[in-house]
Amino acid sequence: MPVREENATKVWQRRTPRGRLALWAGWALALAVLVACARQISEGTLWVFVADAHRQAADLLARMVPPDPGYMGVLWRPLWDTVNIATLGTLLAVAAAVPLAFLAAKNTTPHPAVRQTALLMIVSSRSINTLIWAILFVILFGPGVVAGIAAITLRSIGFIAKLLYEAVEEIAVDPVEAIRATGGSPGQVLTYGIFPQVFPSFVGVSVFRWDINIRESTIVGLVGAGGIGLQLDASVNALRWSQVSTILVIVFLMVVFSEWISARVRKAVL
Amino acid sequence: MSPPDAASVSATGLSGEAAARTWQRPRLIANAWIRRAAWGGGALYLIVAVATLGVDFERMAAGVPRAAEFVSGFFWPDFTTRGGDIIEGFIESVTMTLLSTVIGVALSIPLAIGAARNFASGPVYLVCRSIIAVSRTFPEVMIAIFFVVMFGFGPFAGLITLIVGTVGFLGKLLAEEIEGCSTEQIEAIRATGASLPKILVFGLFPQVFPRLVGLGLYRLDINFRESAIIGVVGAGGIGATLSTTLNRYEFSSAAAVLVLIIVIVLLTENVSGFIRQRLI
Repeated sequence: MPVREENATKVWQRRTPRGRLALWAGWALALAVLVACARQISEGTLWVFVADAHRQAADLLARMVPPDPGYMGVLWRPLWDTVNIATLGTLLAVAAAVPLAFLAAKNTTPHPAVRQTALLMIVSSRSINTLIWAILFVILFGPGVVAGIAAITLRSIGFIAKLLYEAVEEIAVDPVEAIRATGGSPGQVLTYGIFPQVFPSFVGVSVFRWDINIRESTIVGLVGAGGIGLQLDASVNALRWSQVSTILVIVFLMVVFSEWISARVRKAVL
Repeated sequence: MSPPDAASVSATGLSGEAAARTWQRPRLIANAWIRRAAWGGGALYLIVAVATLGVDFERMAAGVPRAAEFVSGFFWPDFTTRGGDIIEGFIESVTMTLLSTVIGVALSIPLAIGAARNFASGPVYLVCRSIIAVSRTFPEVMIAIFFVVMFGFGPFAGLITLIVGTVGFLGKLLAEEIEGCSTEQIEAIRATGASLPKILVFGLFPQVFPRLVGLGLYRLDINFRESAIIGVVGAGGIGATLSTTLNRYEFSSAAAVLVLIIVIVLLTENVSGFIRQRLI
């Protein structure tokens, strides 16, 4: 313990002189990096616009309030599409993720090479954001709901499969052994030994992802992949801010509602 | 699995017919009618949803050669043609990520204390909770649209967007952590007559510090991912480069950007995971 002598009394100190120096050097380095970052961003910014921001904000707010309730009639269809993108995307992702998770889990994979391939697929799916997937699928499938569903599906596969294979790896071996000891086939071991153990986390993860996907499906429309984002993009580009605020209110309500559902389902299952 | 009880033994077994007692797995929804209604409702929804999709099969068929082009582009990513743009985009993304995480964490600490029930009450609690709720509800890209309108195109709008996202995320999780703190240490510091700042620094802070670092690193990850997409609506970063290359159908350059994004995401994820494991 570092101790310093001061007027013949020992004073306890938290760090050695060398440790103190290293700490200060670390802070100085971190500060230097941050300053460099700030300068970099400052170079890419037109400060005239930033200085004008408060007036822009006040202007925006004045145009957004009150929301335009008459616009609601146009929004029902995009809203339905948005929910469908999220729900169908999640269902397809679940269907693909379940076998992938069993291939990726250490204790159920048929071969290490298969496991590595499955893990690679999971990682690539997770690393690319829904919006980027959406841009790709709009180029491939053309604008519309299908591109949105494909984007949501591909992003969700990795998410669901990762959490699911971690759950599979954590199961207790006793029930599995018991089923196997009765002479159960691999399929029966899966349905009666493994599946009941991971079912709650499986439902929890799926509903959680659905909740996230509701949020994501509101924005895939910004790049043309269907749903309420298309309407948002159109209203922003036409500077119809009262329509924009109507959309924001709808999105807010939808997100709160889906969060409530997902919380209730998870509480019931877990 | 539990031994078969009356509910999970088939009806034939209960009626006493010889050797007909077969075991069935207990159903998730015990009531047969509710179960059928749930299946029926689900099937009906699926049919209606798929029927109203409005699939344009001709357009999808037209996309097949493009898909081939894209896949072939992906196998030969072209790092050089747009090399300058890619490097610039990445530097912008990385600076946005670092700065927004640090500023966001700094702002979220007071917000989290204000949103924790054991430290704040009344109007302060409500205000802090509403700030967190609003900044968490809307996707970052949507928030970015507004900041781009306010601050103009470029990384500054992206920086502010990421800060807002960070504050909402960390504010909520940190507030939960603070609410779960043990009260004894805080009481002990308070009993010495310490002022509120001292209570926070010596009673609360040591308890939540590891979690704060963990969450901050996790958010650093998320911020980099987000910085790769908010460029799509004009908020700077590698997303702007990516959407430009894709709009011009330069698939090999787009593939190069995607490969770099995946590599950096994996790298930050592993590094932050490693640090979190060592700290906590």
